[in-house]
Amino acid sequence: MGNLSIQNQRRLSQAAGYLAMVLIVLVIGLPVWWMFSASLKTTQEIYTFPPDWIPQNPRWSNFKEAWESAPFGRFYLNSIITTLGGSGLEVINATLGAYALAYLRFPFKNVVFAILLAALMIPAQVTILPNYVFFGSTVYDLIGESWVNTYQAIILPGASVAFGTFLMRQSFLGLPREVLDAAKVDGAGHLRTLWDVVLPMARPVIVTFGLISVVAKWNDYLWPLVITQTENMRTLTVGISSLYDLEGNTQWGVVMAATIFVIFPLLVVFIFAQRFIIEGLTAGATKG
Amino acid sequence: MVSTARGRDVTPYRGQAVVQAESRRRRLDTRKEWLLFILFMLPNIVLFGLFTFWPMIENIRLSTQRWDMISPIRLDVGLTNYRYLLRDDTFHQVLLNTAYFTVAAVGLSLLLGLIVALLLNQPLKLRNGARAVVFAPTLLSGAAIGIVWSYIFDPRYGLVAQGLSWFNVSSPDWLNRPEWSMPAIIIVYVWKNLGFAAVIFLAGLQAIPKDLYDAARVDGANIWWRFRSVTLPMLSPITFFLLITSILNTFQAFDIIRVMTQGGPVDATNTLIYYVYEQGFIDFNAGRSAAASLVLFVLMMIVTLVQLRFAEERVHYG
Repeated sequence: MGNLSIQNQRRLSQAAGYLAMVLIVLVIGLPVWWMFSASLKTTQEIYTFPPDWIPQNPRWSNFKEAWESAPFGRFYLNSIITTLGGSGLEVINATLGAYALAYLRFPFKNVVFAILLAALMIPAQVTILPNYVFFGSTVYDLIGESWVNTYQAIILPGASVAFGTFLMRQSFLGLPREVLDAAKVDGAGHLRTLWDVVLPMARPVIVTFGLISVVAKWNDYLWPLVITQTENMRTLTVGISSLYDLEGNTQWGVVMAATIFVIFPLLVVFIFAQRFIIEGLTAGATKG
Repeated sequence: MVSTARGRDVTPYRGQAVVQAESRRRRLDTRKEWLLFILFMLPNIVLFGLFTFWPMIENIRLSTQRWDMISPIRLDVGLTNYRYLLRDDTFHQVLLNTAYFTVAAVGLSLLLGLIVALLLNQPLKLRNGARAVVFAPTLLSGAAIGIVWSYIFDPRYGLVAQGLSWFNVSSPDWLNRPEWSMPAIIIVYVWKNLGFAAVIFLAGLQAIPKDLYDAARVDGANIWWRFRSVTLPMLSPITFFLLITSILNTFQAFDIIRVMTQGGPVDATNTLIYYVYEQGFIDFNAGRSAAASLVLFVLMMIVTLVQLRFAEERVHYG
């Protein structure tokens, strides 16, 4: 026992480290594996106990059945429209706002700052009821038709942005002063400076914020749930949950295949962009 | 107000008219800049006004009314809705559930997140891959994940039942038993969100200067003591940030609950945010929903104010 050398000790602790890491990856990854494996199982195989970790005869028709059990093509279209619309507006609002806060003079800048901070403190969840009433009756009183169950109603309440504005302002302020001054000397106006100088230099932070925004919009659930009323307006998250409400636990294989429709696009985005997303989120937390 | 120091310097060398023209041009420039500022800010501020600030005022008004969301008549009932919530057993249960869920979910996410971060801070190969796996669930739709976990918790054919059978324990009917449904929701929530805490903690760990550990080692501190005297204090600002963010996030956790238990069984997983939804959009009590949403808002406001009080310089990052 006594002659367990330092090298061996180190090896032992490293082995323990790897073991723990594998364990963590397994525990976190297992539910996702379970989803993938069940999506290829026959109903009979689902109800065998103990379960198979790998389906004996992959049943790919689960995906076809899932696709036909609800208008998933339409759900995809709706999710893409509302995600791109909402995130696009958020990115534009954040970029313009950040430029204004960082580089433009204005006598009441502090007031604007305070308004954005206040907005940051009101979560969307506590405004769903009045917003629903707004699109239902206020809009109806104004223009003679209700906007409940429309794309603009899904998108607009989430189109303004405070967090992204602050995040981008911070990064704009860190851009090299000389380059901006040089643009001014060359006679570039603010629009030109924003487009040709600031945007290219700030691309990383814009991409990061854009990704965070896309993830949030794609997964958004509560607001699309209350503001959409017909099946053809549902987004993927709402559509899959109402499919589940209907089908329940009768056909787990098909239901799992359907959840993959929702999750898959984001998994792909994540595999290519995880660096950006993780770095963006940690920058927000640690730099302060 | 436009005549700057530089403008005055120039005066002796130029004629009066030139100076006046110059200062007029500058004033015009300033005006243009103000106008541009307003143009850039306007869409954002107008949208916030319409869909964030105005609804809060509407909420206050709605909370003093009785209205079924359909009829043209809204009855003014003063503080009746608040009095109802104050006395209602279900609402008391909802507040307790919210506290239970928040404390357990936040505590476990942070604790497990820290443990994972400490591990991934070791010089292990493939740790970036492991970090990606741990973080991935954070980005997945809560609605879809909730459905997957409903299957995992299936008392007869689910993954959890399988795991428990190795220890000869039979699985409880997680989602249909009042005492088990909240733990099930918490497990899912922690599984989904501990990666966020882990990634943030990891960034914090990597920012701790190495010489602090060297100094502690010279002083003869063992592993545990180095953790106590260097790691924990150096992580405290990040821990605080995570604590606040996680509390605010759990207050808003809706999709998992809606999909897995719909607040049940017998209100065992009915939290404030779910209650707001249920009262408004299932039971059509707009007044009670609005009153409950103001309670939720005040609770979140208190948490945010605590944050502002203790970390003023961090405000700009949200």
